Amino acid sequence: MTSILQSASSSTKLLPRLLQAAGGGGRDTRLFAMVIVLGLIWLCANLLTNGVFLSPRNLFNLSLQVSVVAIMASGMILVIVTRHIDLSVGSQVGFLGVLGGLVQSSWLPDNANAWWISCLVMLAAGMLIGLLQGALVAYARIPSFVVTLGGLLFLRNAAYELNDGTTIAPLSETFQSLGGGRNGVLGGPLSWAAAVAVAAYIAFNLLRKYQRKTALGVPNPLKAFDVVSAAIWCICAFGFVAVMNNYERPGTAESMGLAVPVLILIAVTTVMTMVAKRHRFGRHVFAVGGDPLSARLTGINTQRVVLKVFVLMGLLSGLASIVLTARLNAAASGAGTMMELYVIAAAVIGGTSLAGGAGTILGGCVGALIMQSLQSAMVLMGIASPLQSMVLAGVLVLAVWIDTMWREGRPS
Amino acid sequence: MTTPLLEARNVSKAFGGVHAVENVSVSLMPGEVVALLGHNGAGKSTFIKMLSGVFPADSGEIFIDGKPVDIRSPHDAQELGIETIHQTLALADNLDAISNLFLGREQTDRFGFLDTEAMEEGARQTIERMRLRIPSLTASVRSMSGGQRQAVAIARALHFNARILIMDEPTAALGPEETKNVGLLIQELKKQGLGIFLISHDMHDVFALSDRITVMKSGRVVGSYPTRDLTQDDALEMIILGRKPARLAAATA
Repeated sequence: MTSILQSASSSTKLLPRLLQAAGGGGRDTRLFAMVIVLGLIWLCANLLTNGVFLSPRNLFNLSLQVSVVAIMASGMILVIVTRHIDLSVGSQVGFLGVLGGLVQSSWLPDNANAWWISCLVMLAAGMLIGLLQGALVAYARIPSFVVTLGGLLFLRNAAYELNDGTTIAPLSETFQSLGGGRNGVLGGPLSWAAAVAVAAYIAFNLLRKYQRKTALGVPNPLKAFDVVSAAIWCICAFGFVAVMNNYERPGTAESMGLAVPVLILIAVTTVMTMVAKRHRFGRHVFAVGGDPLSARLTGINTQRVVLKVFVLMGLLSGLASIVLTARLNAAASGAGTMMELYVIAAAVIGGTSLAGGAGTILGGCVGALIMQSLQSAMVLMGIASPLQSMVLAGVLVLAVWIDTMWREGRPS
Repeated sequence: MTTPLLEARNVSKAFGGVHAVENVSVSLMPGEVVALLGHNGAGKSTFIKMLSGVFPADSGEIFIDGKPVDIRSPHDAQELGIETIHQTLALADNLDAISNLFLGREQTDRFGFLDTEAMEEGARQTIERMRLRIPSLTASVRSMSGGQRQAVAIARALHFNARILIMDEPTAALGPEETKNVGLLIQELKKQGLGIFLISHDMHDVFALSDRITVMKSGRVVGSYPTRDLTQDDALEMIILGRKPARLAAATA
């Protein structure tokens, strides 16, 4: 663990200067540092597992495992940014999963449309849960810690009550593909197409920004930083697809390619990043988190912002529940137990400040990747499950400590 | 006599059983600077918070250009052209100058996505026009000095073509040089026909900048006189004793 700590703290001094030189001053240097930490973890894990960790097969599985946590982390980041917390997300996943399972098995058995109706029910119910909890937090002014602790207990046991604690399986085949099972992958050619689409989107964004700045007469419309980061993203997209396509369906030479949960995660991360950085709502979320009183004085309806954040969290819990339930091909009332801790840990490791007002969606993704990579490496190394959790707990505390030192090193 | 830009008639506000503001009537003409004086807790801040929509008045009426208006939220006040520079500045420290300038009034497309480039350009123009000094528009406000933060708050108040400007302790956190600049800015804005409410504890500023002085004590208006008719001792007497100065009371009675 010492290597991680040292690399993070030494890079803080060098990176800002490097970024400044490239025209990216004031950007998220912290995210950069985390990616480097992730890279180091991957290299170490690969050495310790004799090359198994970075095999296409393990990376494919890692991508599936990360998806569920990272989807929820993107919502949790906004919750934490507004100075709140949602402890009920794990229970939401369990409850919504059982609800979806019941739609498929009891309410609409043998119905070809049941799979998407159950998805809609899960998403809608997730938003309703968020609406209730959000209203209690924002308007009844009950601390979110208490409201969602109640939600954690209530929803988990409601999940048991709903189906007497039994597991519903199997589920609709179409539904299963949403979890990235046998049929839930894009295959080789489509995965390449996805990479091309991502690259095209990145290029389009760069061009649009350039045109807008030129039209307004902003000096120096194209910064080296923007071009370099766009290029890095394109390389990442193609590299990732290349690795995923290298994983062949067992017994055949057919490429697996990107799994559906990964596509969902990419879509969620893109949309949530746009919401957080480029949408009025995201701007208000950060303003409320930075200084709730000031946000109110400038005319922002702070209560409604908090309510919306919780509704969004519920929606994303529903989405994560769909992916998890589909992947397990079973709706179990115990699904998602302790997941709230993983989600909060991913957000915090990813640089979301528990004091509010700071955090990035991409950071949460990297945080989820760091958590899941450590766990995956420990599984491959044959470390027992309780020990895994103990290590992850240590990492979480360490991450917050680094966060504290990071913030103390900056002007307050 | 011309219509006042803003007129408050018998405005009251109570918190619980405490009358923070009681039957206050104040008016403001175009191009006029009215200084509000009083001890802490005299009701100045509560009064201007009703004008800026932080909380609605319990009773009384507010007129703008002689027309009655209902100010129930900061948004309502902004719509009426009332801009406030709060004592706390009301900045979100974690956001940059541009974000703060447009906070709550972002320029967006019809889907609510921010037009970052247009806002950056708008902010730049306002700051140049006001000759304010802000080192970086894209650095977080947290990293700025008191004067720079003040400049951001002033730029925000003036960007949206305010007609009525409320300045609550605008120079409290500033050095002598910056205080002088705020003074110059106020004179400039007067010429443009803005009405300004100035709350300050600095007697020197108040007498240098204001056209009229209104003194409050315990939620009531003690008196309101043209600045040139008052001495600093008169003002202090009103603030401390809560009654009209003896020599003026005799003259107006």
